[in-house]
Amino acid sequence: MLSAILSPELGRFALALSCCLASMQFALPLLGAARRRPGLMRSASGFAAAQLLALVVAFACLVVAAATDDFSVANVAENSAVLKPMLYKITGVWGNHEGSTLLWCLILAACGGAVAAFGRGLPDALRARVIAVLGGTAAGFELFCLFTSDPFDRAWPAPPDGQGMNPLLQDPGLAFHPPILYAGYVGFAVPFAFAVAALLEGRVDAAWGRWVRPWTVAAWSFLSAGIALGSWWSYYVLGWGGYWFWDPVENASLLPWLCGTALLHSAIVVEKREALKIWTVLLAIATFSLSLSGTFLVRSGILNSVHSFANDPARGVFILMLLALVIGGSLALFAWRAPVLAAGGLFAPFSREGSLVLNNVLLCSVAAVVLTGTMYPPFMSLLRGQAISVGAPFFNETAVPLAVPLLAAMAAGPLLPWKRARMRPLLRRLRVPGALAAAVLALGAWGLQGVMPVLAAALGVWVICGAVADIAGRVGWRRDPRTLPRRLRLLPRAALGAALAHAGAGVSVLGLAGMSQASHRIVEARPGDSITVGGDRWVLRGVADVAGPNYDARVATLDVYRGHRLVAVLHPSRRHFPAQDQTTGEVAIHTNLISDLYAVLGDEHPERGTVVLRLHRNPLAPWIWLGALLMALGGALSLSDRRIRVGAPTPARSRSRELRTPALEAAAAE
Amino acid sequence: MTSRAGPSPGLLASPRMVALLAALAAGLAMPMKAGAVSDPSEMLADPAAERRAEHIGSRLRCLVCQNEDIEDSGADLARDLRHAVRARIAAGDSDRQVMDWMVARYGQFIRLQPRLDTDTLLLWGMPALALLAGGGTAALAARRRRPAPSPLAADEEERVSRLLEGDPS
Amino acid sequence: MSTSLGRRRLLALSPLLVAGGAGIGFWRMLHGMSGGSFDPHDVDAPVLNKPVPSFDLPAQAPGRGFSAAELSGLRAPVLVNFFASWCVPCVVEMPALLALPSMLGRPLPVWGIAYKDRTEDASGFLQRSGNPYTRIAADCDGRTAIDWGVSGVPESFLIRPGGIVAWHTAGPLSSGMVTEELGPALRRIGA
Repeated sequence: MLSAILSPELGRFALALSCCLASMQFALPLLGAARRRPGLMRSASGFAAAQLLALVVAFACLVVAAATDDFSVANVAENSAVLKPMLYKITGVWGNHEGSTLLWCLILAACGGAVAAFGRGLPDALRARVIAVLGGTAAGFELFCLFTSDPFDRAWPAPPDGQGMNPLLQDPGLAFHPPILYAGYVGFAVPFAFAVAALLEGRVDAAWGRWVRPWTVAAWSFLSAGIALGSWWSYYVLGWGGYWFWDPVENASLLPWLCGTALLHSAIVVEKREALKIWTVLLAIATFSLSLSGTFLVRSGILNSVHSFANDPARGVFILMLLALVIGGSLALFAWRAPVLAAGGLFAPFSREGSLVLNNVLLCSVAAVVLTGTMYPPFMSLLRGQAISVGAPFFNETAVPLAVPLLAAMAAGPLLPWKRARMRPLLRRLRVPGALAAAVLALGAWGLQGVMPVLAAALGVWVICGAVADIAGRVGWRRDPRTLPRRLRLLPRAALGAALAHAGAGVSVLGLAGMSQASHRIVEARPGDSITVGGDRWVLRGVADVAGPNYDARVATLDVYRGHRLVAVLHPSRRHFPAQDQTTGEVAIHTNLISDLYAVLGDEHPERGTVVLRLHRNPLAPWIWLGALLMALGGALSLSDRRIRVGAPTPARSRSRELRTPALEAAAAE
Repeated sequence: MTSRAGPSPGLLASPRMVALLAALAAGLAMPMKAGAVSDPSEMLADPAAERRAEHIGSRLRCLVCQNEDIEDSGADLARDLRHAVRARIAAGDSDRQVMDWMVARYGQFIRLQPRLDTDTLLLWGMPALALLAGGGTAALAARRRRPAPSPLAADEEERVSRLLEGDPS
Repeated sequence: MSTSLGRRRLLALSPLLVAGGAGIGFWRMLHGMSGGSFDPHDVDAPVLNKPVPSFDLPAQAPGRGFSAAELSGLRAPVLVNFFASWCVPCVVEMPALLALPSMLGRPLPVWGIAYKDRTEDASGFLQRSGNPYTRIAADCDGRTAIDWGVSGVPESFLIRPGGIVAWHTAGPLSSGMVTEELGPALRRIGA
């Protein structure tokens, strides 16, 4: 029924329609804003809504085709199969190039729709221009989708069954990874559009900073969650206990995150102090440019030639043209208009804004190192004809040390007042975090291996305590404890969110420090053997055959004892999928949030009656992703702040206000 | 790359790359091996020597995989190279000599951490360069925008700070 | 003021210049990739222009084994080809190897090295697909291949008289590669 209405042809038509609508969404509001025609300017919202609707229809058509096993659609035939579970039939829609490009367009259209819906408070001209820029970008990607990556292409003759998908990808974590990650990538299109609109208008002011911030926070939260999800997935699926590999694909997601984090902070300076305006505009452009080039150049085969579109040069060239238009166009506009933008205000280096500048310098330096390291091999190959590799050891030795001053400044920054700070009050407020961090440093130097892990542990504690000190100071923790919950509630949510996100970063850093102390053993064991790893005693009970729905598995049973207490029973397994003739390893993980027990089943040697086992103990491993989750939650919390969503900008408080008690201030702010 | 093959059908496929790319929806299925679990008999008996071998191995690229080091890779060639590293160490080579031995056979490409030379100067200098550029721009912008205020005299400074502290004395 | 504005203009232009440079680079890479002149994962072969690494390998039926000394003692160029029976691209390149003399318009002996292969598998493979090799050696544990810098099969090395590696390709030989690369390489070494 549904498939008769939502046919692939309707899908393709809806996609083409959305492209037309997006072009109008681009042209008419821009014209209206230039000619001061209110009617044309207001048409932006209508076009954005219509374009979104058309893409929802197109996407629904593809989902229906996948869900109803319409193998006459080439994309479905190549990526789905009758026996695939329904969840993966649907999530498989974005598990391939064509479908994911369509999802990309859909999210971009949703951004336009969101600005239309939530941006009612914006001045007409600014809103028209922002939506227009989003429309122009969307039109380009919809053209790309239509001409080089059409998901609705028919296969003739239609095969009776599809080719299925890589069993490794049949995983709930991975199924929802792309939409979240894309929401992050594409979400940065909104700050980008604001930046281009500001350049067109020739004006950046505090209000602009205030409007850009929530969109940046939203995109950043999604991107943080997306990266964490991907990292967690590779930890529990790939089976060697690693969580970050400094791979070009990972770096491509890290770069916009670094830039976006810098943007998040510099936008605050624009809002509060009307400074760093040109820089913030550039950061907004750079962040989205990195999102775009990251996702698309990864697919062009320049960075990874195993899976490449090199066999379809038209695609690579189209992508490059599109990037040239979007990135080159916006940067050309920047080169033309930025010099005439009014420069920002003055400020002292030792102040809140000074610390935010330091944050920007350090974050952008890390980004520059990661970008250089990622792009060096192909450019070396192009310019010097030399093949080199830039891998994890390089990044660990260059990018990671840059994070040390960043984390060190992270605890202090939020405690500094705007305009001009003084050392003594700062030191007073950092006494407790400093003492705790020093204690961890001393303990770590005694108990941990390596310099970086000790430093990371101390910095993690330092950052978390700094965030707590920030909130404690704002809430006035020395005063009446009975009204403390009320005072906490009265705190601006944006401040709470920022502190939570900072604490989350600290938690992640502690996780990294813990993981650096991970221990593992590879053993060949017989049933009944016991193996000691990191103080735990593992006993292999046996290995058995278990039949799954579309695979056969060999499942090992391992008992883990701490002392004489049985703490966990783990079942690592190997699955063989006869349809694809592939074998995947299923890692078994037991976590108590303090450490993970992690077991992988390796080869069996029936002639000797043994199996190879890899057993890990990963201290604090879950904290890495828990911290990222806290960061994303912090973003969400700060988005729930009423003042960040609506209302006028608040300039930084004057010094006299600074002297008032924090709770009063918070109440006054509400 | 796809035109070549290794000792097992799955050798060319790196599960991680398949996975990561698929995560970004490049969507090409490739045969893959289950997570690499090395053979314990490969390891050196001396724990210190084994640690050295693992350290060196983590800096050598598995040539048939994508950005994987030979310690993490399940590929056959990676296993052979792991053996070679351990054989060199057992023969008394220094870390440097083992690395040179590998580079002599497979070129600079095998080093996950590129050598510092004139070609990689920009790469290795990037952290310092970025910090200098960022710090320099910030300092320049601050200086240009701020007409240097005449410094306060010592007593003035003290009075201001007392006032700001809210200390009436 | 005007110099300050000029400096600001230059500063504002710099991101565009950087991005433009990168864009041109990417364009040349894509262009080179589609034309086959650029492969981001083309691995250098350090053995190129160097004497062949020392080895002495046993025979692989139906051929006779050989050593580095024998390669160095030759007066005519020879193509050394690593292959294996389990390798699909090796099957693909077999016709090109068999037709080598006719494509080059001159004889060029091919010496094969069976890489990590079982003796009976390798000889069975050559029986089925034809045998282009003058001599065949077996590298059962793959040690010799590592000394040559071989990362997978097939891989071919042109050895000029005196035992110097003059040309190298990783991957199956095709007729196009034979006429466009191997032929000129042979002429370059003046043989």
